[in-house]
Order: sequence, then C-alpha cells, then structure tokens
Amino acid sequence: MKTTDTPPADATPDERPPVTKTTAVPGPLEKPSEGRTLNFFSHGMLILWAFMVVMPLLWAVMTSFKTDRDIFSSPWALPDSLHFENWSRAWTEANMSDYFLNTLIVVGFSLVGTMLLGSMAAYVLARFEFPGNRFIYFLFIGGMSFPIILALVPLFYVMQNLSLLNTLPGLILVYIAYSLPFTVFFMTAFFRTLPTSVAEAAFVDGASHTRTFFQVMLPMAKPGLISISIFNFLGQWNQYLLPTVLNTDEDRKVLTQGLVQLAVSQGYKGDWSGLFAGLVMAMLPVLAAYIIFQRQVVAGLTAGALK
Amino acid sequence: MQHGKYRFIVGFLAAPLAIYILFVIWPFIQSIYYSFTDWSGLSPEFKMVGFANFTRMLDDEVFWKSFQHSVMFVVLLPLVTLTLALFFAFMLNVGGRRRKNAVIAGVRGSSFYKVVYFFPQVLSIAIVALLFQFAYNPNSGAINSALKAVGSALRWLGFDVEMVQPNWLGDPDLALWCVFAVLVWCSVGFFVVLFSAGMASIPKDYYEAALLDGANRITTFFRITLPLLWDTVQSGWAYMGILALGAESFAVVQIMTVGPSGGGPDYSTTILPLYVYQKAFRDGQAAYATTIGVALLIVTLLFVAVVMRLGRRERLEY
Repeated sequence: MKTTDTPPADATPDERPPVTKTTAVPGPLEKPSEGRTLNFFSHGMLILWAFMVVMPLLWAVMTSFKTDRDIFSSPWALPDSLHFENWSRAWTEANMSDYFLNTLIVVGFSLVGTMLLGSMAAYVLARFEFPGNRFIYFLFIGGMSFPIILALVPLFYVMQNLSLLNTLPGLILVYIAYSLPFTVFFMTAFFRTLPTSVAEAAFVDGASHTRTFFQVMLPMAKPGLISISIFNFLGQWNQYLLPTVLNTDEDRKVLTQGLVQLAVSQGYKGDWSGLFAGLVMAMLPVLAAYIIFQRQVVAGLTAGALK
Repeated sequence: MQHGKYRFIVGFLAAPLAIYILFVIWPFIQSIYYSFTDWSGLSPEFKMVGFANFTRMLDDEVFWKSFQHSVMFVVLLPLVTLTLALFFAFMLNVGGRRRKNAVIAGVRGSSFYKVVYFFPQVLSIAIVALLFQFAYNPNSGAINSALKAVGSALRWLGFDVEMVQPNWLGDPDLALWCVFAVLVWCSVGFFVVLFSAGMASIPKDYYEAALLDGANRITTFFRITLPLLWDTVQSGWAYMGILALGAESFAVVQIMTVGPSGGGPDYSTTILPLYVYQKAFRDGQAAYATTIGVALLIVTLLFVAVVMRLGRRERLEY
C-alpha cells in the first residue's frame, strides 16, 4: 500500500542517505565518460517531458485571462491584463455553476453509495464461505475488462423503461454499478488481510454480524477505504462516457459534458476566453487537491495495479 | 459464527448485486442477444435476423477502418507508453550520478519530476481532449504558433527556413497520430510513478553485485530491473490495452476530431467504441451497434489472452 514511500533520493542527500546503507562501491568501476553523456541525455529527456506536461496547462491558464482578440493574434504572449471577467462570464452565463453543482450532487451520492455497497459485498465475499461465493466474486471482477460501450446501448433503453434516463438519481445508480467491480476487487483483497481474531472476539461478546462489520471491521479497513475512495472520486468526477450517453438533458449536465457542450456553443459565439476560463476552472481544484494530498492520491490510484 | 449467517450474507449482498446485475450484467447479456436482431432502438418492435448483422459488418468499410485503428491503438499505445515510462522511471531511480554511500541513485529532483508527470492523471480525459483540440488549432493553436516562433527565431539567426504549419486534426494522415499522442501524454506519468514504486522495492544488493561485475546501466536495466519488474509491467500492459479500446480513446476521438460526433476527416480517426456509439445514438441502428460492440468485446478478450500468454514468465521471488 505504501507504494510511494520511496526515499526521495536526492532532495536531501546529507540528512537522509537515499538507499539502504550498503558498502560504498569504489568509483573507478564506472567509466566516467559514459556516465556523463548518459546523465546529460537522461536529464535532457526528463526535463523535456516535464516541460511538455506543464506547458499545455500553463498555456490554458494564461489564455483564460486574455481577450478573444489576443488569443488569436498572439497565442503565446502574456495577457495584457488579467481579464477576470472571462471567469465570471463562464461561471454565470455559461452555466459552469450549474455543471459544478450537478457534478457535486452526482459524485457525492455515488461515492458514498459505492463505498458502502462495495465494502459490504467485499466483506461478505472475503470472510464468509457459502455456495456461489467464487461465482459472485468473478461476476464482479469480470466487469473490469469488458468494454463498457457494449453494455451502454441496451442500458440506455433499460434506463428509459425505468424512467431513470436523464435523471440524476439514475446517473448515480449507474456510477455506483460501474464502480463496483474495482471496489469489490480491491476491498475483498483488503478484508482478507485483516486479522480474523478481532471480529471473532466482537462476535463472542454478542455483537451481531452487522454490528461487527460497521463498528469493528470498517474502522480497521480505513486505509483501504481511503485509497479506493480517492480512486473512485477521481474516476466519477472525471467520468465522461456514461453521462454523454445517459444524461443528455441540458439542465442536468455534469462538468465534463458541460465543457464539451460549451466548446461547441462558444465556438459559434466566438467566446474562446470564456471557454478557457471554464476549462481552467474545472482543472484547478483537482490539481490543487492533488498537490495537497499527493501521497494519498498516488497511493490510491496505483494501489490496484500493485495488488 | 453460524448464527444468522445466511440472513446476513443475503442482506449484505442483495443491494450491490441487484444494482450490478441490473445496470451492468443484464445489459451485457441483452446486447449480445440484440446483435442477432434488426432492432433500431427507436421502436420496440424487432425480429431475429440470424447472422445478418455480422455479414453486413464484414462488408462494412467503416467498420474495417475502425477495427484497424483500434488494433493499432491496442498494439502501439501500450508499447510506446510503457517504453517511455520505463525509461523515465529507470532514470529517476537508477540513472543518477553515483555518490558516496550509495550504490545507485536517482537523478536530482526525482520527486519533483514524479509530481509533475502525474498531473495529467488527475485531470478528466474530456478536459485534456478539449485543451489539445485548441493546442492543435492550425491558425492560433499553441503548437503551430510555437513552431512559427521557432521559425522566425531561426530566420533572425540567418537560416533560410520556413517552418511547417500542419493542419493537424484536419489532415487525414496526421489526425490519428495527434489523438494517439494525447493518449500517450496523459498516460505516461501514471506508469512512471507505478514503475518507480516497483523499482524502489528491488533490493539494492542486486545492483551492487551487477556493478561489481562491471555491468553498465543498460545491462543493469535489462538483466535486473526489467525481469524483477515484470509483473507490474504486465498488469500495466493489460491496463493500457483496455484503455486503448475503452472509454478514454472514445472520449479523445469524439471530442477532438472533426465530423458529426467525431471520427473524421474522412473516417481517418474512427475507432470501434466510437463507431458503436455513432451507430446506436446517431444513426438509430441499435442492433448493428451491438454487433460492432461484440466485435470489440472479442478484440478485448483476445488482447487480454495474448497479454496473459506472452506475459507469463517464471515468477521471480526476491
């Protein structure tokens, strides 16, 4: 789990020797010339990639403060002054506030639902023997590798028949359903690693299974729950395919589809600065949260792949 | 622990399983059934047509184009992304200048690089696609104007050059590669971080032994790092392939490329998931869409099988 605890090798070489102390290898083993060219080359590549990652993002931030005329005439120039009116225009006129609100509602409910239902199913599958256990487990796991788009065609009509199409509760249920495979997979593995003795003790003391789960097991599973919550939060916040197919009502659009819609409509109106303000507005909170909770975010997103 | 066990199991499994079956499993089964019908999606009536959709698909030129592009994505995207990521991760962890007390060392500022490289991973693919759509804009996009600036700088220095100003997404020969590059751009960072974590858990003694035997960095990489990292590389490979056939590719193509709901110019960027979407929700041919979806399912399963087969190696314990 603590995948990111690699010693930050170079930041503070003096206080913290970067690797487990082993005997020093005498220098002459490496031909110095080979080392130097390679170093130069590798550093160059690393810097180049960092540059390629950061530049588009910086360019977007810069563009969001420019006037439309400047965007076209001098794309790389700094804005002549900070045009905050782009931001307020995007927030109010371009419905960014509605998109944010819809996304918050959908992701809030889906996340809680996913975590609750996912860990309930995972706990039962990890800790109890019953006929069909393996079958249900693989039924959940199988959902991870199937192409979602295949299911979306009939799902559209299933939702229509249930009158859930173009409604936020419908979208919430679908988000939960499509987040379950990975959540169950991850949490089952996590519950298996927890000691059985604590649950047994609680049970002997007269706690019911349900109470044991909520008051003993869930608190013990907190590290796993945090990782998978971050994973699901980002996945659901950034979701594009599901709402594009199942939630096309103008008033209920979520952030990602709202932005795409904005790109189309602003294209006609020529309000590029407003669009860039909207993009940056959607981008910055997530980036800021990532920079603050770096360690947890990286652990959450890489946790599954390292299991 | 027996008391009320089954009641508890049923109570806990009922809700998640019901939601999962209703919204995931049931539509999957239905879609395979629909692929043998002539259902339009618009009216509730349909009849069985046997393999008619499948024979139609085999004669469908656009299907074959989408198929080709998807296969290209699933082969090349993991290859390019993982190679770049392995290179960067190796440099970050092992590529640094050797210092006192340390057998191996990463380059300076490796934790900074890891933070920056990971940025695209937290952004929505839709935002990334929109951003690059503007960056690729031939007249005022970031890329062409940067090229123009380089060109004028060179001319100022006395070189007689005219920088190219490609039409990027409007050029049928380039558009697919533009999309491809965006997918690489947003995936590399994740794998750099993933592989770095894996590399950090390789015992340092191995590197020490290799160095004492006179191995250089390239040998060290192929003889020590890669074999010991193989499990992670394999799961990364599967993950990246599924991404290449899935929602991420769909979003990038649908948002960035030209034409009615993407895929253009002249079908040069269409891919299987996009074609499924267009047939079902633009052209009102739901049954045919599920047929293409079944083809996509087969490609996905074949890919997973190949990765499992090729990736199988003797597991190294350390």
